Amino acid sequence: MKIVADLPSSLSVLDRPNSYIGRSVARPNLARLMQGRGQYVSDMTLPRMGHVAFARSPHAHAKIKTIEISSAKKMPGVIAVVPGAELAKVMTPWVGVLTHLKGIKSAPQHAIAVDRACWQGEAVCAIVAKTRAQAEDAIESLEIEYEELPAVVDAETALDPKTFVIHPELGDNLTFERKHEAGGVDKAFQEADETVETTFIFGRHTGVCLEARAIVADWNAGDERLTVYQGTQAPHMMQNLFAKHLSLAEHQVRVVTKDVGGSFGIKVHAYADEMAVAALSKLLKRPVKFVADRLESFITDIHARDHRVKAKIGVKKDGTITAFEIDDLTGIGPYSVYPRTSGIEANQVVNLTGGPYKCSNYRALARVVFQNKNVMCQYRAVGHPIATAVTEGLVDLAAAKISMDPVEIRRKNLIPDDGYPCSAPSGIKFEKLSHHASLDKIVRMMSYEKLRAEQSELRKKKVYRGIGFASFIEVTNPSAAFYGVGGAKISAQDGATVRLDAQGAVIVQSGVTEQGQGAEAVLAQVVASAFGVPIERIRVITGDTDNTPYGGGTWASRAAGIGGEAAWQAGKALRENVLAVAGSILQADRRTLDIRDGLVVDADTGRERIGLDEVARIAYFRPDTLPPGFQAELVATRHYVPRAWPFAFTNGIQASYLEIDTDTGFVKLLRHWCVEDCGTVINPQLVDEQIRGGIVQGLGGALFEHCVYDDRGQLTNGNMADYLVPMAGEMPDMEIGHVVSPTADSELGAKGAGEAGTAGAPAAVMNAINDALRPLGVKALTEMPFTPERVLKALGHV
Amino acid sequence: MSTIDISLIVNGENVQQTVEARKTLVDFLREDLGLTGSHVGCEHGVCGACTVRVDGEIVRGCLVLAVQCEDTIVETIEGVSDTGEIAALQDAFQRRNALQCGYCTPGILLTAQELLKSGSAKNRETIRQYMSGNYCRCTGYQAIIDAVEAVAQMHGSKP
Repeated sequence: MKIVADLPSSLSVLDRPNSYIGRSVARPNLARLMQGRGQYVSDMTLPRMGHVAFARSPHAHAKIKTIEISSAKKMPGVIAVVPGAELAKVMTPWVGVLTHLKGIKSAPQHAIAVDRACWQGEAVCAIVAKTRAQAEDAIESLEIEYEELPAVVDAETALDPKTFVIHPELGDNLTFERKHEAGGVDKAFQEADETVETTFIFGRHTGVCLEARAIVADWNAGDERLTVYQGTQAPHMMQNLFAKHLSLAEHQVRVVTKDVGGSFGIKVHAYADEMAVAALSKLLKRPVKFVADRLESFITDIHARDHRVKAKIGVKKDGTITAFEIDDLTGIGPYSVYPRTSGIEANQVVNLTGGPYKCSNYRALARVVFQNKNVMCQYRAVGHPIATAVTEGLVDLAAAKISMDPVEIRRKNLIPDDGYPCSAPSGIKFEKLSHHASLDKIVRMMSYEKLRAEQSELRKKKVYRGIGFASFIEVTNPSAAFYGVGGAKISAQDGATVRLDAQGAVIVQSGVTEQGQGAEAVLAQVVASAFGVPIERIRVITGDTDNTPYGGGTWASRAAGIGGEAAWQAGKALRENVLAVAGSILQADRRTLDIRDGLVVDADTGRERIGLDEVARIAYFRPDTLPPGFQAELVATRHYVPRAWPFAFTNGIQASYLEIDTDTGFVKLLRHWCVEDCGTVINPQLVDEQIRGGIVQGLGGALFEHCVYDDRGQLTNGNMADYLVPMAGEMPDMEIGHVVSPTADSELGAKGAGEAGTAGAPAAVMNAINDALRPLGVKALTEMPFTPERVLKALGHV
Repeated sequence: MSTIDISLIVNGENVQQTVEARKTLVDFLREDLGLTGSHVGCEHGVCGACTVRVDGEIVRGCLVLAVQCEDTIVETIEGVSDTGEIAALQDAFQRRNALQCGYCTPGILLTAQELLKSGSAKNRETIRQYMSGNYCRCTGYQAIIDAVEAVAQMHGSKP
């Protein structure tokens, strides 16, 4: 078995004795999960708990004329039947807009539709019963009369004057528009020797978390407190939203997040049905549980992508890229999702396109439109897969046009590694990236020349293999620039509290959350290193708004970089506090002491002076023996938010090697490589596995995953048999390499790594497919997913 | 809703229970017996998260009704963990970080154990094919294949 080797150490402030930074430490929560002893929200039961099922609109757009509930109320086990109007008395509606996305608009959305359903799957009535099965039985007894309204389905015609306006009060179906221009674009295209224009299409897909969205809300009328157990990435954000829309103070709401069965950005939004569960609990004064079934997941979990990008590149004969131009159109369903909005992905496409390259001439238009399909919002790598595929697709097409090797054109145009700090033409700022070092490394890792020779040999035997590259950048460690400045109560800062317990172990409470990515392991490593104890003596607590410092949670690849730095600083502060106690006990200058491997030692010689258990014993049980006026402080809290840079951009490059069966259209993935630079690598194994998992999620979108709607706005493949996801048998082995450019914004220097894989994989595969088919004179494939049917069509075989 | 009395052995314990005829085995295990280690993913036999053993063979707990399990021996992830039967696999999964959110993991472990017992975990390709009925959305599968391969090699494919 290939256990990932630790990174070779380089001395820095992080190199404390027995440092765990850079070591592949196992996660503390694995044994529980492997024994079936996890605590997912879907596993929970509480006394008097009711289960809710929702009647959902079968129409993409319909007026709700009447809901007859009398028969349903008489069904066995039914506790309550609650239509939207009834629930609206307890919960206020919301509008998913942010002020920094200029002009973005949306309409008020209710937890349960009040008089109109705007997509197939929107909840129109709730039934709470003693079991979920009984609630579903009762749903069958509801009599709901609908009047169908015109369904806006095609994003391309959503803005046509004759198209029905979904929210008449908004005037049109335009949610958000952004235009951007930098440099002299028209002139740059004139100066180009060649231009390439094409249209890229990215199908709608979704996260398919194996554990569906799950929530248990428990309003205790005696305490006047709401406790919500929720599989979420952002407990404090949800605390704010539940409080706000139930007219409670935030301290009246506690959000608890235990084990979460997959998130990927799906579980970072306020879902109408989950908001409804909190309201139902308040209404009924008892715990209420909702777990989406798989059909509900497909029609209500946020969808992602669904972009149509017309794009153009200009290039000179020597390979110099002169200009990029894009026109992005995306349909986001009937509401901009709360509270992060559905304008962010298109905004990111504008920000990121062309980002790895020197070219300073850039024109972009992005339009986001309403439609009567399920809502669309931020999913792993938000905007990156689109921007990367558009950019890298254009670069490869340009290279082909001037007969230049794809590696060569990148060497010529990528921002030089000594060219930082700098800005992209979209205005985003780069502190320090390593495109060239990454490119050089991946070329070595994959034995590029040898691979090209093999490819060329096999083509003679009519075996069509392709090699595709994708350089990429990734937004991580966001400051308040992402959401806070737009008015969302989404914390960019995060906190960590560390406490010495009475036996000399350390308890860490952090505002970031564990979604399986390994945040708890990283926090334990960081605190163990900063404070100086063996990692076995660290216990990490996350996911509880009553018991962790205020924080943003886990999204935008921020847990290690932001939560980790807060924990690092807190660990250092506790070390100072504990050394003060030890110095007091030993009557020694604290500056001559250090904590190593769980012992207070002489800093110079490493000689043991006193154990932490003994320090704790004296501080907690015999403080009378400490000098008068000395108070031991065995808790420390620190917070951190990036200040010098709005985002810590990372970079990397991926490469795909694949083979196309020209008879069946099947794409067989042979190998995949990624070189990635996330700054300081705290845990090499966890970083590599984030990248591998991310790559496969990107491969899913590129090859299989697609929410297929018909022209009436009906999802036609909302189940796991018809919606394909990657399986073990068709995924390749992936080789991961690193370049390390730490951010100077924090002492740890760690940037995020959670989305890099997903950002680059679709582009690499697309370029490899087109590389494989190029000798056959096929028009480049640019519509994802690249199904066998599309490949065969391109080949003219069907 | 009609109910039926059933009697079976679950993780070595005798169980007598009255269940609704329509109840699936995985719902019965989770809701009636509190064995929440078996998970519900797709609810129609595709994803493998509900994999449990009935009379020594793995089945999809969402495609079997509880009433079909009369007089059978059912084993779940809790049972095979406590007996130590899959300790080698669990150790390899831990060392290789072959799970992230862990939701698919009980089903993956039971499927991998069946493969290892069959002695046919010859190479990565075989392991990948065999594990293809169990979806994992987090890992990208490579770590899972590595871990299963490591145990197969350790035991000459016979755990």
